[in-house]
Amino acid sequence: MKVLFFARVREQLDCAGLELPWQPAFCELDALQEHLCQKGANWRDVLSQENIIRAVNHSVVDSSCVLTDGDEVAFYPPVTGG
Amino acid sequence: MQGKRFQVSVQQADFDVSALQRALMQDNHEEGAIASFTGYVRASNARRDLHTMELEHYPGMTENSIRDILAQASGRWPLLNAGVVHRVGALRPGEQIVWVGVASAHREAAFGACEFVMDYLKTRAPFWKRELGEEGAVWVDARESDTERAKRWLEIDE
Repeated sequence: MKVLFFARVREQLDCAGLELPWQPAFCELDALQEHLCQKGANWRDVLSQENIIRAVNHSVVDSSCVLTDGDEVAFYPPVTGG
Repeated sequence: MQGKRFQVSVQQADFDVSALQRALMQDNHEEGAIASFTGYVRASNARRDLHTMELEHYPGMTENSIRDILAQASGRWPLLNAGVVHRVGALRPGEQIVWVGVASAHREAAFGACEFVMDYLKTRAPFWKRELGEEGAVWVDARESDTERAKRWLEIDE
């Protein structure tokens, strides 16, 4: 499964994205996020920011949701285009 | 309006507003109104050293979210055509950054849809601005006023 980070989140993590082999523990977005938080204190700090936006397969999700193998998940800060 | 292919482009290159506007016109000339908006990179009062605005986006999702916003607009107003161009990469103050154009039979729909698309684009499409100046690079913070503007459309629905 593909996990992407953008803008300030990407910079804070010093990581643009990860390719994670699927495991049943990733079947919920919250569980995947917790897995990422366990990569280190910085990861937990960055991914626990209140205003972080989560998107699954190009759609923003407001709460945890079911994930399946092959999904693309993204974490990013509030958008500032236009 | 179902199945209408809206023109959506995320690009580094500059764009020609009059050519984009002409492209909204159809052969049968049903359009009585085209409303368009062009956004520019503004020189910052707070950061006089600003020399470049860098725009990052989420390829794929950006285009999908703009298409979704245009589809929502066409569900609210009787649109004949619509298009969005948004630039990414390094831009300088004074350069064009975004264009939204909406064609309809009458002005009310054109004005309304154009404003709706911009309000939603600013708060939903995954673009991020970073200001580069003598004092370094700073990510632009999202503005509460933009969120409030976009929320007005939900209130209108109620």
